[in-house]
Amino acid sequence: MSSLTEVLPPLSERPTVLGWMRKNLFNSLGNSILTILASLLVFWAVRGLIIWVFTVAEWRVIVANLRLILLGQYPITQIWRVWVSLYLLSFLTGNSFAIWVRGAWRIGLFLAAIPVALAFLPFGMQQRLWLVGLAGVGILGWVLARGGGPALRRSVIIGWLLWLPILFLLLRGYTSSEGWMPIVTTNLWGGLLLTLLLTIIGIVFSFPLGVLLALGRRSELPVVRWFSVGYIELVRGVPLITILFMAQLILPLFLPAGLTIDRVLRAMVAITLFSAAYLAENVRGGLQAIPKGQFEAANALGLNGLQTMFFIVMPQALRLIIPILVGQFIALFKDTALVSIVGLLDVVGIGRTVLAQPEFLGLQREVYAFISLLYWVLSYAMSYVSQRLEVSLGVGER
Amino acid sequence: MTKSESPTTAIPFWRDERYLQLLGQVVFIAIVLLFGYFIFGNMVAGLRRQGMTLGFDFIRGTAGFDIAEKLIEYSRGATYLRAFQVGLLNTLLVSVVGIIFSTIFGVILGVARLSSNFLVNRLAAFYLELIRNLSLLVFLIFWYLGVFLKMPRVNEAVVWPGSIYLTNRGVGIPWGIPTESFGTYRWILLFGLFLAIVVAYILNEQGKRTGRPPLTLVWATGAFLLIAVVGWFVLPVSPLALDVPFVKGLNLSGGLILSPEFMALTSGLVLYTAAFIGEVVRAGIQSVSRGQVEAARAVGLNAFQTLRLVVFPQAMRVIIPPLTSQYLNLTKNSSLAIAVGYSDLFYVSNTITNQSGRAVEMFSLVMATYLSFSLITALFMNWYNQRIRLVER
Repeated sequence: MSSLTEVLPPLSERPTVLGWMRKNLFNSLGNSILTILASLLVFWAVRGLIIWVFTVAEWRVIVANLRLILLGQYPITQIWRVWVSLYLLSFLTGNSFAIWVRGAWRIGLFLAAIPVALAFLPFGMQQRLWLVGLAGVGILGWVLARGGGPALRRSVIIGWLLWLPILFLLLRGYTSSEGWMPIVTTNLWGGLLLTLLLTIIGIVFSFPLGVLLALGRRSELPVVRWFSVGYIELVRGVPLITILFMAQLILPLFLPAGLTIDRVLRAMVAITLFSAAYLAENVRGGLQAIPKGQFEAANALGLNGLQTMFFIVMPQALRLIIPILVGQFIALFKDTALVSIVGLLDVVGIGRTVLAQPEFLGLQREVYAFISLLYWVLSYAMSYVSQRLEVSLGVGER
Repeated sequence: MTKSESPTTAIPFWRDERYLQLLGQVVFIAIVLLFGYFIFGNMVAGLRRQGMTLGFDFIRGTAGFDIAEKLIEYSRGATYLRAFQVGLLNTLLVSVVGIIFSTIFGVILGVARLSSNFLVNRLAAFYLELIRNLSLLVFLIFWYLGVFLKMPRVNEAVVWPGSIYLTNRGVGIPWGIPTESFGTYRWILLFGLFLAIVVAYILNEQGKRTGRPPLTLVWATGAFLLIAVVGWFVLPVSPLALDVPFVKGLNLSGGLILSPEFMALTSGLVLYTAAFIGEVVRAGIQSVSRGQVEAARAVGLNAFQTLRLVVFPQAMRVIIPPLTSQYLNLTKNSSLAIAVGYSDLFYVSNTITNQSGRAVEMFSLVMATYLSFSLITALFMNWYNQRIRLVER
C-alpha cells in the first residue's frame, strides 16, 4: 500500500481523573449543580443505610428464623430430601454446562460461587458443609460430563425431564410416618422453598399452555381463534389476585361433590393459568417475526402444517424471544408473592408468622428488607445468568 | 398410484380439509360446552347444597360493615352496591393519583438515564435495577409496615415546612375547604374550560390554514388559568379557604389527612411504576434518530422548536402504547391494596363476598370491572394510535 492511504492513529486523549470529572460531571453550570445535589443524595442515602444496617437493625430476628424463612415448617428430620433434590439440580446443571455452554466458564464459576457465598449466612456448620458440597457436586457434574458424546447428551436431557417428578416425590414422600420417607403434607411446605416450587411449576406448565394459546390465536379455525383471544384478553385484563382468590373460593364449587384440591395445588393452577396468557402473547410476537418465506419453503419441501410449525417455525420463534421469556419468568417469580394474600406460607407469608412471634414484634423493617433482598438477589441472578448465556450462545442472532 | 386417480376425482370427505376443519371446530365447541356444562352443573349443585341460588338481588341488601376511607356518603346501613361504589371510587382515586405522580417521576428518571452527567445517569440506572428485581407486594408491605406505620406518634409528629405533618396516623397536608362561593366558582371554571376549548379550536383551524403549528396547548391552558385566577379574585369570598392540619388530642385534625394505607399504596405504586415508565421514556427518546435533530437544527428551528415539533411527536408514537400498558398495570396492581388494608375495589368486594357468601357473583362483577378498565383504555389507545400514526404516501 502506498503511503497516501496510511491512516494516522486517532489523537489519544489521556484520561486523567480531573479531566474525566470535568468532562462527565462538571461540563456546565447546570451539570455541576446536578452533580453536587446527586452526591448529597447519595451521601445521605448511603449514610442512612449503613447506620441502619449496622447499628439500628436487629438482625437476630433473621438469624433465629432463617430456617423458617427458607424452608417453612418442613420437618427438620426430612430436610435431607431438599438437599438431595438440590444436589441433583446442581449435578445436572454441571452436566449441562459441560455439554452446551463450553466457553462461558465465568458464568459457571458465578453459579458455583452462589452456594459458597450463601454459606456465609448465619447457618450451622452442618448446613455450611452441605452448601459447599453443593458447589462441589456441580463442579463434579461438569468434570464428568466433559467430552461426552450424544449418548450422554440424551441421558442429561432425560435427567432434566425426570428431575421435576423426582423433586415432587422427594419433597412429598410416599411412605407412612414410620417409613424412611414419610409423607410431608403441603401445608408444611413454605418459605422460599414454596416460592421456588410455585415458580418452577408455573414456568414448566404455563410454557406449553402459552405456546398452545399462541398457536390457537393464529389458527385459521375461527372458533379456536376466538376462544384463544377471549381467554388471553380475559386473563390479561384482570389482576392476578382475582384469579388467585377465584382459585381458592370458586374452583372448589366447580368440582363434583366430594372432590377437593389441595390449597397449594390450587395456587399453582391459578399461577399457571395466569402466566400462560402472558406467555401466549410473547410467543405470538415471536411467531409474527418469522418471515412468510419460511412457511413457503417448508411447504415446498413437502412438510405438512404440524411439521412446519414444530420443525421450522417454532424453534426460530422461541429462539428469538428467549430474553422476553426470561423476563416473563422473573415476573412470575416476583408475582408468586401474592399467594401470601390467600393465606399460603410462602416467603412473604412466613414473614408474617415470624413477626407474630412475641419476641420479634416491631421488627417489620428487618424481616421485609431481608425478604426483599432474597427476591432481589434471585431475580438479579436469573437475569444476569440468562443475559450472559444469551451472549455466549448467540441467542437472538441469526 | 394408479392412473385411475385423476385430479378430477372427488376427494373423500374424510380427507377433505374443509370438512376436517369444520369437524375440528365442532368437536372443539362440543368439548368446551361439555366442560362448561360440567363445571356449571357442579357449581349450581354445590350452591343448592348450601341453599343458595345465583343472582344479583343480594346487592340491594344491607352491607353492615364499615369502610375506613370513602369519597362518597357511606354508612353501615348502606347497600352492598353502595359499598362496591365506594371501593370503585377508591381504586380510581389511587389509579389517577398514581398515574400522575408516576408519570412525573418516570419522565424525570427517563431523562436522567440519558443525562450526560455520569453521576445522575448511574443513579437512575441503579434505581431502575433496584426496583425491577423487587416484588411489588413486598415493596408495598415494606412501605406500609416499615415506613408509614413507623412514623412518630401524633403528639411527637414531625412537621415539615408547609405544615406537613408526618405521623403514624397518617400524613396531614394543608387543603382547601369550599366556602359559600364555591358553587359559583364551579360555574366560572366550567366557563374557563369552555373558553379553552374555543381557543384551541380557533388556533387549530388557523394552524391548518396558515400551515404554522400553533401553540394550542399553551394558549388554551393560559385562557383557562386566566379565567380561574380572575374568578378567584372577583368573587367576594375566595372559593376555597386554606385549612391547615393541627394536632388535637391523640389525632390529627383539619387539612387533608392521608391515611397510612393510602400513602403506602400510592407511594409504593408510584415508585415501582416510575422505574418502568422511565425505561419507556428513555426508549422513546432514543428512538428518534440523531439525524432528525440535526436536520431540524439545519433548517433553522431552535432548540425548543426542535423538541416540540420534531422530537416530541416522533417519540410519543413510540412511548404511548407501552406507557398505556404501564398505566393499566398500575391500575391492576392497585388491587394489592388488600395487603395494606386500603379499601379499594378488590378489598371491599372481598369483604362483601365474606359477608354475603356470594363469591361467584362478586368475582364476576370485580373481573368485569377490571376488564372494562382495560377495554376502555384499549379503545382510547386505538383511537389515539389512529390519530398519531405515521401517514405515508
